[in-house]
Amino acid sequence: MGRTAIHLTVNGRRHEVSLSANTTLLTALRDLGYTDVKNGCEIGECGACAVFLNGEAVNSCMVLAHQADGAEIVTNAGLGTMKDPHPIQEAFADAGAIQCGFCTPGMVISTKALLDRNPNPTEGEIRTALSGNLCRCTGYGQIVAGVRLAAQRLQQSASSPASASSQSEEGQEPASEKRVLASGEQEKAGGDSK
Amino acid sequence: MSKVTPKPLPDVKLPPLRQVGKPLRRVDALGKAVGATVYAADFTMPNMLHAKVLRSSRPHARIVRLDVSKARELPGVACVLTSEDVKGAKLNTDLPGQTGREARSGSDAPVLALDVVRYVGEPMALVAAETLELAEQALELIGIEYEDLPGVFTPEDSLKPGAPILFEPDNVVSRYAIRKGDLEKGMAEADLVVESTFKMPFVEHAYLEPDGGVAWVDEQGVINIRVCTQVIEHFRSIARALGVPQNRVRIRGTMVGGGFGSKEDITVEIFLAFLARETGRPVKLVYTREEQFAATAKRHPFTITHRTGVKNDGCITAAQITMTADSGAYPYLTPYVLLYATGMAAGPYKVDNIHVNSIATATNQSFTSAFRGFGGPQAALGYEQQMDEIAKALDLDPLEVRRANYMQTGDATCTGQAVTSAVWTEECATRVLHALGERTPDTPTVKIGRGFANTFQSYGRITWFHDTSRAWVGVEQDGTVVLRCGVPDIGAGQSNSICQIAAEILGVPLERVTIYATDSAVTPLAGTSTATRQLYMSGNAVTMAANEVRARLLARAAKQMGVAETEVDLEDSRAVVTSDPSRFVELKDLVHLCAAEGIELSHLAQFNAPFTDGLDLETGQGDIWPDFTFGAVAVEVAVDTETGQIQLLKCAACHDVGRAINPAAVEGQIAGGTHQGLGYALMEEFVLEDGFIKTPSLAEYLIPTSVDFPSTDVIILESGTGVGPFGAKGIGEPALTPAAPAVANAVSDALGVRISELPFTPKRVLEALGNPSDC
Repeated sequence: MGRTAIHLTVNGRRHEVSLSANTTLLTALRDLGYTDVKNGCEIGECGACAVFLNGEAVNSCMVLAHQADGAEIVTNAGLGTMKDPHPIQEAFADAGAIQCGFCTPGMVISTKALLDRNPNPTEGEIRTALSGNLCRCTGYGQIVAGVRLAAQRLQQSASSPASASSQSEEGQEPASEKRVLASGEQEKAGGDSK
Repeated sequence: MSKVTPKPLPDVKLPPLRQVGKPLRRVDALGKAVGATVYAADFTMPNMLHAKVLRSSRPHARIVRLDVSKARELPGVACVLTSEDVKGAKLNTDLPGQTGREARSGSDAPVLALDVVRYVGEPMALVAAETLELAEQALELIGIEYEDLPGVFTPEDSLKPGAPILFEPDNVVSRYAIRKGDLEKGMAEADLVVESTFKMPFVEHAYLEPDGGVAWVDEQGVINIRVCTQVIEHFRSIARALGVPQNRVRIRGTMVGGGFGSKEDITVEIFLAFLARETGRPVKLVYTREEQFAATAKRHPFTITHRTGVKNDGCITAAQITMTADSGAYPYLTPYVLLYATGMAAGPYKVDNIHVNSIATATNQSFTSAFRGFGGPQAALGYEQQMDEIAKALDLDPLEVRRANYMQTGDATCTGQAVTSAVWTEECATRVLHALGERTPDTPTVKIGRGFANTFQSYGRITWFHDTSRAWVGVEQDGTVVLRCGVPDIGAGQSNSICQIAAEILGVPLERVTIYATDSAVTPLAGTSTATRQLYMSGNAVTMAANEVRARLLARAAKQMGVAETEVDLEDSRAVVTSDPSRFVELKDLVHLCAAEGIELSHLAQFNAPFTDGLDLETGQGDIWPDFTFGAVAVEVAVDTETGQIQLLKCAACHDVGRAINPAAVEGQIAGGTHQGLGYALMEEFVLEDGFIKTPSLAEYLIPTSVDFPSTDVIILESGTGVGPFGAKGIGEPALTPAAPAVANAVSDALGVRISELPFTPKRVLEALGNPSDC
């Protein structure tokens, strides 16, 4: 099968890859080593492969890699790391929103897409925003709690001047933001559980 | 149901703890949150091949021709294997003690179909090629000629004279009988006999992570298999199938993206082992979602009939229960699942006169095996719907009927096993009913219904399996703790719980504990992550190992500070004199003192579950399980009488977990298990027609999304009476069991009639209302 070259910028790294016309963005990303993008169904039903494509959350299994030629892509691992997690990722960990973790990268992407446009969503809005992401472990309740916790922490940090400059850069939250927010939140997250 | 007041709890005093009992962030949470956790399908190896499986497209057929020559000739194809190449190897699904092992050994599933295929999806050949695309092309080049055979698609048909037989002499896979008390006398004493029949469908596990793995042969000749599995100890069965020594197969488990029982069976690992051995190269195989539906186990469909003799006050005088389960084409774990359903057939109730007859039969459909609850949820759909039918027949409150029959600690199950721990049935039921609050009013077209279910579910494996687990605990020179334990973590917090226990006992914060898990060669074998057994088994093993290390630390610290050992405690990475906390030794200094004197600060411990003999097969009497978890779910539903749609309005779940090692994780188990049970009742059905799959993907087989059900109100009770560490009981499977029967009872309450078959689709609701439509 013929292959043609395309350019993808993923989490700030630029790649040139030769791919056949029917390769999905999901396959391209996983083959490049972005294995945090999960393959759960390949037909757009589960949401585990969600990424940002030029700022828009998409299921990467439903996009051909060639359609993404020249695009900026951000995966969950591009939002934060073990050393420097994104507040949404940290809130998920604190709220018990993670069990097997396979749906989590897609959930985090959908959550960020929601909170970027609606910083203070209702439970109904959260549930609607996550309705394309299947989870078989949690029953979604603790994920909704994780989104709420993330929204609360992000709003607190937005009102603190230290973080104002960081908002333009995808996934580059300053370390100070998390330290400000970490205090007392563990207890709060725990307090939500019985 | 009138307003319910929660039954006061017995006065339980649990010792105060520092790490255990706290909703700490799980040790695995952050890695998963940032996408750093590497799952089975994420691994690659240098020089790696890609594999695919050829699967049967017929439910029952003789293989007239299977021609792989063209596939083998395709450039880039490294190997093609058929049954001949694997020498007719079988998946040895028998485990020690399996019922009928001798008689039924001929019905073990072949690794690759021999002469006959018995279900759609049965593996027939394996291909390994340089790329996935080439492997897929090679599958297309395999020539197959089938001679279709008559199939059998229901257990009822499978037992009829002249039915096609899957394995001689007949289609019976397993059967049990319970004979306890005097059934006829009990029935004669009854004021009323209530008889009902309930049916349940095939269900798909639908965990998000498809099965997959990578295998290679290392420089010692050991076949290494990296795979997402609940059972790393399948390395022995795989060695047997390959005909190699057991110390030449190593399973390196990965973090598992959900299992729920289906990753208890051998899946990709046996194919990977054969392909890696044949090619001498690393091989990767990952199922697609469609393959997942066709290739892996399902929950057993059951038909359960209860005939119950009752007094006018609701007291049960006798029960006659029959259960028929569909085993699909191969037995897998069916004999055990049927045993679980049989042993829990009467529920958490004291029934002195009882007969149970259960049978599982083979059909030409997807095989059925373990699924969270392992027959317990099906049994509960029988006994809990029947309790409400009894209440209706006697015009009594459903809670009153249950109160009249609840077992107490010391009472026996239908197999005569006395329950030794707390039995907080009414405590759970009254709390979930109370939690529903005010009843939502009906409208002219929407009927509101409420229902609950009180269930019990075993935790720990069948006691005649003589189950064991091992764990190794050590303290490093800087006072950090290392835990080595072969526990597969399937997402429920298996690793975290035992880390929290080690942290508690050794007096260190949770972040100072590191665990190495799930490797059959280098982590002490901890048994399967199944049967709600890991917290119980490996939790106890870690407790034993950590306590041994703790004792050595306390002895040396006491000597150092000139006090008695009983006066020293370990907390905040120090050995502290309890009466005077200003006197302490830092843990890292204490470790150096021990090292200088050759005091060993690591320990390998083995925990043995109680060992019992098997059941008396004539009477079905004997012990089966270590202990039980008791719980309840109550729901409120709104049934639209025009469309047949059911909306879940409220849901509350309450379980006595003995002791919650991590309450946030326990909440997650209860909420998630309940949710699966709600899906079971309201939407999930794996549909086969004449053996052909009609729900082949997540587009047809619907599982609950975030907008289908509200959050479950989770209530955790702690009796402290479990046989796990710190008095914990298991919660993984018990969490699911009460949800579906609670919904069934609520729907019946709303409609005034009972729909006998799950799931409660709009079509069935309208039929029940006498208003069938073509929706």
